[in-house]
Amino acid sequence: MSEAAAPNILAEQFDDIEQQHEAAKLGMWIFLATEVLFFGGLFLSYTVYRYLYPEVFAAASRHTEVMLGGANTAILLFSSTLMALAVRASQLGRRSHLIWLLLGTALLGIVFMGIKGFEYHKDFVDHLVPGAGFQWHEANSGAAEIFFWLYFAMTGLHAIHVTVGIVVMLVLAVLAWRRRFEGGNYMPVEVAGLYWHFVDIVWVFLFPLLYLAGHR
Amino acid sequence: MEKIHPPKIYWTNCLCLMGLLALTWGLGYVNFGVFNLPIALFISFTKTILIVLFFMHIKGSSRLLHLAAFTGLIWLFLMLLLTLGDYTSRGLVSMPK
Repeated sequence: MSEAAAPNILAEQFDDIEQQHEAAKLGMWIFLATEVLFFGGLFLSYTVYRYLYPEVFAAASRHTEVMLGGANTAILLFSSTLMALAVRASQLGRRSHLIWLLLGTALLGIVFMGIKGFEYHKDFVDHLVPGAGFQWHEANSGAAEIFFWLYFAMTGLHAIHVTVGIVVMLVLAVLAWRRRFEGGNYMPVEVAGLYWHFVDIVWVFLFPLLYLAGHR
Repeated sequence: MEKIHPPKIYWTNCLCLMGLLALTWGLGYVNFGVFNLPIALFISFTKTILIVLFFMHIKGSSRLLHLAAFTGLIWLFLMLLLTLGDYTSRGLVSMPK
């Protein structure tokens, strides 16, 4: 970052650019703390019902698509790597690198959503969606329905977050194309990256809890 | 100005995360009884630490950000601890009439 460019992006309430960056990151981390608790309510429900019905949760978990879930985990972990490299590209002011890495991150997010959609369709066809159409041929249909309710609520809330992330990445790519992140103004990319990595972390827990609750 | 890390750090982290994913995935096909869940959660926490330290740049950031990053986790832990304390102890003690 050149010294001359710094004053242009410095908002008047901050003493210097370091303080401005720290404030932006602190704001995002506080938001992520609220997100931990937002998802936390669902993780708590999952924990309580798994504690109450361990066998049914294990049996129901075997009906999820572990290959697709695992592939989606790899896709998100790889997308996080691209995101981290995008932040680096924005720090270095490498515009074309930044645009391609943001587009790559968004594309992997879209592939993730496609696979998730395919899974949801399969669950629907297999009558695993809670409600009037739910069919369960093993013991304790009610507890199995709770498992699938949690499965759809947790992956659904996560999918909403991925969708928001994809839109953010695409908007950032357009802004990067319009040269908005030059002169050291990379903080929007860094902060969006924090959000994307958080969404990745949520899935890191969802995969073993939902897909691997019962060994195969 | 923050430190700009070489890309090697991110690719190494990516490889470690993929290795841990393979471990979690493989664990799903092995029966360790009650230990499957603790091992899976341990791997997930390890992955989280790698992501938070290297991708989210908590390594090398200020104490204030360390605290903010821990806040959510601490409150989540408290919520799980207190609720499970209730659920797991119900019926252990009979109430005097």
